[in-house]
Amino acid sequence: MWKEKAIRLGLLGSASVSVIAVALIFLFLFREGGEFLVSPGIGKLFDTRWIPVSFVNERYGLYPLLTGSLLVTFLATAIAVPFGVFGAIYIAEIAKPREREFLKPFIEILAGIPSVVIGFFGLIILAPIVKSVFGLYSGLNALSGAILLALMAIPTIIAISEDAIKSCPKSYRQASLAMGASRLQTLWRVVLPSSLSGIVAAVALGMGRVIGETMVVLMVTGNAAQITLSPLESVRTMTATIAAEMGEVAFGSDHYRALFIVGIVLLVFTFGLNVFSRSIYRRFGNKS
Amino acid sequence: MKSNRAETLFNWAMRLVTYSITAVIAYIIFDIIRNGIGVISWEFLSGFPSNGGAEGGIFPAIVGTVALVTGAIIVALPLGIASAIYLTEYGKQGKFIETVRLAIVTLAGVPSIVFGLFGLGLFVLYFDFGASIIAGSLTLALMILPTIIVTSEEALRAVPRSYREGSLALGCTQWTAIRTNVLPYALPGMMTGAILGIGRAAGETAPILLTVAAFFLPTLPNSIFDQVMALPYHLYVLATQHPDIELVRPMQYGTALVLLVIVLVFNLGAIILRSRFQKKFKSLH
Repeated sequence: MWKEKAIRLGLLGSASVSVIAVALIFLFLFREGGEFLVSPGIGKLFDTRWIPVSFVNERYGLYPLLTGSLLVTFLATAIAVPFGVFGAIYIAEIAKPREREFLKPFIEILAGIPSVVIGFFGLIILAPIVKSVFGLYSGLNALSGAILLALMAIPTIIAISEDAIKSCPKSYRQASLAMGASRLQTLWRVVLPSSLSGIVAAVALGMGRVIGETMVVLMVTGNAAQITLSPLESVRTMTATIAAEMGEVAFGSDHYRALFIVGIVLLVFTFGLNVFSRSIYRRFGNKS
Repeated sequence: MKSNRAETLFNWAMRLVTYSITAVIAYIIFDIIRNGIGVISWEFLSGFPSNGGAEGGIFPAIVGTVALVTGAIIVALPLGIASAIYLTEYGKQGKFIETVRLAIVTLAGVPSIVFGLFGLGLFVLYFDFGASIIAGSLTLALMILPTIIVTSEEALRAVPRSYREGSLALGCTQWTAIRTNVLPYALPGMMTGAILGIGRAAGETAPILLTVAAFFLPTLPNSIFDQVMALPYHLYVLATQHPDIELVRPMQYGTALVLLVIVLVFNLGAIILRSRFQKKFKSLH
């Protein structure tokens, strides 16, 4: 009997690793970055400029990084949602079974392409296109980043939206068709509204992926830390800031701690989106 | 008649959207193969980089990526499978299981660069491993843990209840029932998670940026406490940091192709394995 107990305990211990890991992530981000909040002080973060290396006055304002991340994320979502949702509708409702068997894994492959390869593709192929289409000096801007990020979010949005559309009970459709509604009306007025919560969850999850993505934005958004709403301007996201600057800072310096604060902000954002998406999915998920 | 026409139009619009996505995917892969294939040679795969990465090969980066991924999977696979067994077979609905599930979802959503920061704080600095294979592998292991747990759980759930009951009815203990009558059938499904994890770990750049990767090392690593080069990082540096970016373009494409092939082969393997596994159990439920 003791053997059974030991095994059970071992498995329990393994299951706890995830919990411990999450706790450690929060703990160590605060351990390395927390001091910044006291000295030089949390007020330094509420500033409009990010100039971490300066002979005169270092400034650690998060606003340009926040607006950079948000601009790219919203643009990417705006591009990804129609493609993702329409793609899901097509795969779930319109495509023939054999077509579906090809489309699903093919789009899944997109999710597997390493982000650095997508960034590389963007740098060489997409950025010059954006540059010439809009007549810009450089194609490295928020729009280029957003297009690539949309591409990376689309598989997530398609997979989860398709699940949601498929989980709409058959009886709903039958009732609608029996009332004389066309297939299109049924889809628009019955199936989509009933799977809306799942689609919203899918989009939130996709946004979480987008805001946390590093390599693509580091390679193609130009990385100028400025506050702008224009898709054609160069921006610098929170993720890219950490990746670009962490290699060159002195451990324990204000700059080092500020980068960990950026990490905490990022973590809070993605955590929030995740919990949001999970709670919607749960509340409305099971209808049948 | 009118609504029929609207429907046809609508179907074609949806079809267009969907196939435009696949066209972009196909083009990315095609572009990298077309420009990278000419660079691939035995010297490229087995040689060291020379002349600042402009010539020579990428052998140390391949070795580094293999080392990192091996380390990550050695840690994450047993942990992930054990977690999944506990969650599906032992755990009762309650506070603990709830917490574990929330933790898994959270872990799955942590941005890769934040994993890098965490790995830097915990493994590189606090445990004082320095920038090393072990620090990078452990960071990657935590990153792929949720994937492995979730797919292993699915695999366990797919095994019919009666398999367990048959064994328990003969007087077996719970563990014996799991070991002899559940795990062997769930194993192929679990491998799907492992393969997906390998693919992800091989392709990630941000976590290893802060915990292990070096752009150029003259020798291969001797121990797990050494730094290594890695394919994704090598591509990143060649594509953005190199002083003469046009000159090293062939090397960039070659590296991108090798990385893409490694990752896609693993992903494709996972997809095939999964569909075979699902078909096998569909008839039993």
